[in-house]
Amino acid sequence: MATETGIGASVRRTEDARFITGTGRYTDDINVPGQTYCVFVRSTHARAKIKSIDTSDALSTPGVVAAFVGADLAKDEIGDLPCGWLVKSKDGSDMIAPPHPPIATERVNYVGEPYALVIGETVQAAKDGAEAIVAEFEIQTPVMDVASATQSEQIHESVPSNRSYDWELGDKAATDAAFEDAAHVTSLDIVNNRLIPNAIEPRAALGSFDAASETYTLHTTSQNPHLERLVLAAFVNIAPEAKLHVVSPDVGGGFGSKIFVYAEETAVIWASAKVGRPVKWTADRVESFLSDAHGRDHVTHAELALSEEGDFLGLRVKTTANMGAYLSTFASSVPTYLYGTLMAGQYKTPAIYVEVQAVFTNTAPVDAYRGAGRPEATYVVERLVETAARELNTDVAELRRRNFINPEDFPYETPVALTYDTGNYAASLDKALEYANYSGFASRKARSEADGKRRGLGFSCYIEACGLAPSQVALSLGAGVGLFESAEVRVDVTGSVTVMTGAHSHGQGHETTFAQLVSDKLGIPFENVSVVHGDTRRSDYGLGTYGSRSIAVGGSAISKATDKIVTKAKKIAAHMLDSEEDQVSFDDGIFTIPDSNESLTFGEVAFSAYVPGNFPLDELEPGLSEKAFYDPANFTYPAGTHICEVEIDSETGTTSIVSFVAVDDFGNVINPMIVEGQVHGGLAQGIGQALLEHGIYDSDGQLVSGSYMDYTMPRADDLPDFVVDTTSTPCTHNPLGVKGCGEAGAIGATAAVMNAITDALGVKDLPMPATSETVWRAIQGG
Amino acid sequence: MVDVTFSVNGKEHSLSVNDNALLSETLRESLNLTGTHIGCDTSQCGSCTVHLDGKAVKACTVLTAQAAGSEVTTIEGIGEPGSLHPMQEAFNEHHALQCGFCTPGMIMAAIGLVNESESLDGDGVRKGLDGNFCRCTGYHNIVKAVLSAQQNM
Repeated sequence: MATETGIGASVRRTEDARFITGTGRYTDDINVPGQTYCVFVRSTHARAKIKSIDTSDALSTPGVVAAFVGADLAKDEIGDLPCGWLVKSKDGSDMIAPPHPPIATERVNYVGEPYALVIGETVQAAKDGAEAIVAEFEIQTPVMDVASATQSEQIHESVPSNRSYDWELGDKAATDAAFEDAAHVTSLDIVNNRLIPNAIEPRAALGSFDAASETYTLHTTSQNPHLERLVLAAFVNIAPEAKLHVVSPDVGGGFGSKIFVYAEETAVIWASAKVGRPVKWTADRVESFLSDAHGRDHVTHAELALSEEGDFLGLRVKTTANMGAYLSTFASSVPTYLYGTLMAGQYKTPAIYVEVQAVFTNTAPVDAYRGAGRPEATYVVERLVETAARELNTDVAELRRRNFINPEDFPYETPVALTYDTGNYAASLDKALEYANYSGFASRKARSEADGKRRGLGFSCYIEACGLAPSQVALSLGAGVGLFESAEVRVDVTGSVTVMTGAHSHGQGHETTFAQLVSDKLGIPFENVSVVHGDTRRSDYGLGTYGSRSIAVGGSAISKATDKIVTKAKKIAAHMLDSEEDQVSFDDGIFTIPDSNESLTFGEVAFSAYVPGNFPLDELEPGLSEKAFYDPANFTYPAGTHICEVEIDSETGTTSIVSFVAVDDFGNVINPMIVEGQVHGGLAQGIGQALLEHGIYDSDGQLVSGSYMDYTMPRADDLPDFVVDTTSTPCTHNPLGVKGCGEAGAIGATAAVMNAITDALGVKDLPMPATSETVWRAIQGG
Repeated sequence: MVDVTFSVNGKEHSLSVNDNALLSETLRESLNLTGTHIGCDTSQCGSCTVHLDGKAVKACTVLTAQAAGSEVTTIEGIGEPGSLHPMQEAFNEHHALQCGFCTPGMIMAAIGLVNESESLDGDGVRKGLDGNFCRCTGYHNIVKAVLSAQQNM
């Protein structure tokens, strides 16, 4: 149905109505009678043994309701926070996950780790109580350097050499042989800087316990409320799933950081039963910096082997990934199955070998942040390819084109365990070259140089794997959960439709996109479809939203459920039209049969399903409501070309992005306006990594960039207008032909910016972020 | 405690608040105007931007006591579905919001910016909004929306 609200239309978002009028309902907006306030007492030491904690002064502080330490949770057999993906080392041994009590008991291992909590009648009372907690520590030397972590003091008793695992992927022998035959080898030592996600809504939790029904209710800022419930029930031992109701209301951005199950909501939901009153906690920004899971933080040596003619022969990558002090919920999967597997990029590199060791340091845990492994992989591949082209004095676009996997090569099996279903990489490259006015670059550069400025152009031809994929494959590789998505399409008596999804929107616009999808498929008005998400009592078990999966997996589930609605509705219509099911056609909301003027609207059939006067009750149950669980057959593989052009002021080192072009292949697109917006936001984060953002700890383990005064968030005047367009090779294995678009910007942009800056400066590499100072120093040294 | 009388969205309120209560806290906690959001503790993010006597201010930089006798306008006071402010309308039309958390502050700051400016170009909008963080949109569509709303204000 090609309409103004159907698939492919830039429908204005329905959810905006509450957000632009200030009537959204975020966790901290919710208050319940009798509620108390929780404040966490956090370690100011990066590594220390806890000698004693005295809560007596806190308990006598006016307005303090209760104070707890880690041992109180342990007494109630509250379990550790688990890591949900078991990665195996080269030698077949399991990764080592050290114990991670929600509230520290014997040791603290990063600045910001909570070791006590105080509950008060007001936030201020709880803060006063927290100030009165007296703790004694035996301070130890922290392990802060990623590269030397394995040779440093041992942080966890159970983890020799501070190494969780030493993983490999690919054929080592074949790759080594490829390097022996190479005419040219390009190598780079790369640091992928630590980032702090910084959703603008801080994390928050409101827990309450109903003693009569023994039921807990947790409102929290989660991207995946069902996963939250599963972990709190099965691992943390709060209560059986059926007695634990998790609601994730409006959530103000996540970018991965709100996937994980954290100490704070665990303690809050537990404490609500201890004090017999609701307990609320909202992070202040300093707490967010200290305790949200951080992202990236890799140290890598990478080499690309090329033939005389410029064919890629082999790729060898050795990475040390910083896990922080503990393994966060999905931390282990990020530098392995979401990183090593992407090393083929868009290229036919025949031999690839990747080694990743994951190490512990005395820093906040590191886990998935927008792109999660794929930005790091793209950065390795695309920095190497661009550097190789420069070393060989070859055109950077043409070297890529020469090595592209071509449309006729699909399905293409990479040497690193993925099978790409479809793509047309040259199509995106060509379109991007046109937007970027590639042929005019030399004259623009000359003009800049005449002005005493430096100009550079950088490419990034990225690929990503989204819609994380077949459950059985993931489970066999160590995943602890299935990776399907649930949907329920509930037709109301009058023919309007309520859609329940296990995906969760925290900015992605699902209430609009999913309604477009259903209204289009059922031929009913867009306004008559409501989308419900974020509540474990309303939707079936689903996995939530991360990894650009919502449309590819969640949308496909909705599509499947909608198909079941049509199938049943056709049976009802056949009965009502006195015909056979296979004779009934359904198009644009109307049921018809051949050689007859008789027809039925969707609404008439829905009404008959619930008021079954003229209804085949002997064959069919009444009602019209269907569920589906969709388990993907493969990942989806969005890919594209990003081109960044920079101009650098030689006097100050200030970099201006004068043009940024992103051409992405997302397959079919439901709402182009929303997709463009997702790309814009991703680009901002990718550019932010390259130019501005850096999570920095000093050698004592203090987070130096621990506030908005210190961590450089991209502001409006740091970023350019973006040129964004798409190409399309529809995904071959899901019913919508969609691929997902949430992370592409963040995956592609960083390498394009750094390739542009190194081009402008004529240097091989530059550490990120390329601040004015870093660039200025490079100019002085060059 | 201090007694404060001030007007919020055209309605007079007399409250007794802590001496150190911030306007952002009072709006949210005492008046239940939860459209004003708090995203940081260093007056950097701008999520709490409101109008104080017609001027855009970060409500976390104002003690409630300082607002005595003033007129405060929050996101809840500028328009509602069916009669939106041109800036609200433009944010929807140009997809200038995603998660919506920074949006109330961004809209209030943008209205203040347009009101104080003769005529804005894209650079002017970017510089004028550099006190408001958005982590979702990359600002591209916010700039479009503000330039568009400027024509209708």
